[in-house]
Amino acid sequence: MNIRIRQGAVALAVLATLAAVAGCAGTGAATVTSADYDKDAAAVMAASFREQGIVKTDRLTQDEVMVACSKFGHSLDDDLRERFQAAALAEVKWPSDGKYIGDWKEGEKIAQSGRGLTWTDKADAANGGNCYNCHRITKKEISYGTIGPSLYQYGKVHGNTETTQKYVWAKIWNPNAYSACTNMPRFGTHGILDEKQIRHIVALLLDPKSPVNAE
Amino acid sequence: MKNSTYAACVAASALMFATPALADATADGIAKYREALAEGNPAELWEMRGEELWKEARGPKKATLEKCDLGQGPGVVKGAFVTLPRHFADTNRVQDLESRLLTCMETLQGIPADEVAKTPFGKGEQKNIEALVAWISAESRGMKFNLPMAHPEEKRMYEIGKRAFNYRGGTHDFGCVTCHGEDGKRIRLQDLPNLTKGPDAARGFGSWPAYRVSSGELWSMQRRLNDCFRQQRFPYPVYGSDVTIALSSYLGVTANGTGESIAPAIKR
Ligand code: HEC
Ligand code: HEC
Repeated sequence: MNIRIRQGAVALAVLATLAAVAGCAGTGAATVTSADYDKDAAAVMAASFREQGIVKTDRLTQDEVMVACSKFGHSLDDDLRERFQAAALAEVKWPSDGKYIGDWKEGEKIAQSGRGLTWTDKADAANGGNCYNCHRITKKEISYGTIGPSLYQYGKVHGNTETTQKYVWAKIWNPNAYSACTNMPRFGTHGILDEKQIRHIVALLLDPKSPVNAE
Repeated sequence: MKNSTYAACVAASALMFATPALADATADGIAKYREALAEGNPAELWEMRGEELWKEARGPKKATLEKCDLGQGPGVVKGAFVTLPRHFADTNRVQDLESRLLTCMETLQGIPADEVAKTPFGKGEQKNIEALVAWISAESRGMKFNLPMAHPEEKRMYEIGKRAFNYRGGTHDFGCVTCHGEDGKRIRLQDLPNLTKGPDAARGFGSWPAYRVSSGELWSMQRRLNDCFRQQRFPYPVYGSDVTIALSSYLGVTANGTGESIAPAIKR
């Protein structure tokens, strides 16, 4: 921090000198731009964290999507949005055996679980999907969040067709494929869930026997 | 000792309220149970201890904190909480309440700040800080947030905080903005304040420090932020680090003028 302040002071001194040389000292040297704050923020992020348990400081490294989504939020410009969505769809890994549907009962367990990848979690514990944190899913589970839309009756409304199966698969793998800078995590891309787990969750949403659709 | 037995009893009776309210499983039910709890907020025990600690000669220098300057002049506690974080000339830093207390404990009492910062929450000197923040915040109860922004460093920390709030990363692409960027959202049944604006920011920021019914502990803002970073799957924020102070600057300035501090509140 001190280093930064000193650099800032030097920069200000240089600006002041330039202004004086140009004979327009009256404009004031204290203009700090948004880009300066961006740099300061990056330095503060880099200096403020330490590793703990399974979480290393490399978690702070941002890919291009994170950088843009941090900056623009949901108001990305169209070019960037289209590019991110196309890239996201292209990197989806489809099921190795071509099967999209697993066991909805297992899917329900994964959707309920919010475990995994925090500094209080163990490295070998299976990660959950956190789906109920953000979505209503079954009728029975009334403890659900509202960051995402309701998925109750999802299969009934959209049909258990191959098109829907593929859409839900890709959506879980990398939701940016259909809405860049979504609040939903990239479960496949980041290896939060594996192929088998995703298959079970697709079953939870689409299997006609799943309580999502049957109740 | 007596205090902690009492705390356990209050917490136990609090849980009796909690059970039917959670069975209701509605936000309304939770609001009612908070209301019921507010009548006997166990945070009072921390407040009492905090006031004692402020006046107690402690540390290698056997001194009290009564000359500690929280921004309103040495020893002035009333009204200080709702102006923090702010810039302090002696350290030339923007400081939140906890990092300012570290400075006072070190300079006045000779208690090394970096050791306290490394102590786990709820242990040793951290326990004392929790009591102190409970009392100091209570001395501003009912006052509106009014953080100064005149100093360039205050403006800078606010701007950094805003960027840290929107910084998305980690395994889940989360940032504070993911959970606290929109109105009327929930995680499971927990209401999420929209911390990017007005009264919500005052409600969310102005509740902490708070007594947590679920753990029977008093959590400072540092600890609240720490746990949100944990849920965010981020690495561990160093106690009193600039990112935590910058975030408080951002939240506090956003809360400015829009609502009153109710800290230390009582929370689930
Ligand atoms: C942090 C919150 C969050 C989590 C956790 C989350 N989602 Fe989402 N989800 C969203 C948001 C926000 C949207 C809407 C924007 C979008 O389409 O990406 C969404 C959209 C969806 C959609 C598309 C809905 C439609 O109408 O097309 C599906 C399907 C979905 N989520 C499934 C899941 C599943 C399955 C899980 C658990 C593995 C999950 N989500 C976890 C936030 C979340
Ligand atoms: C994954 C979701 C999530 C993320 C990301 C997150 N929080 Fe939270 N936050 C929560 C939950 C859940 C609560 C608790 C609400 C409750 O207990 O009623 C909460 C509570 C809070 C509160 C107290 C609000 C109140 O009304 O008492 C503050 C302040 C806060 N968070 C700030 C932050 C900041 C700053 C960040 C970024 C470092 C952040 N949060 C990131 C989920 C999150």
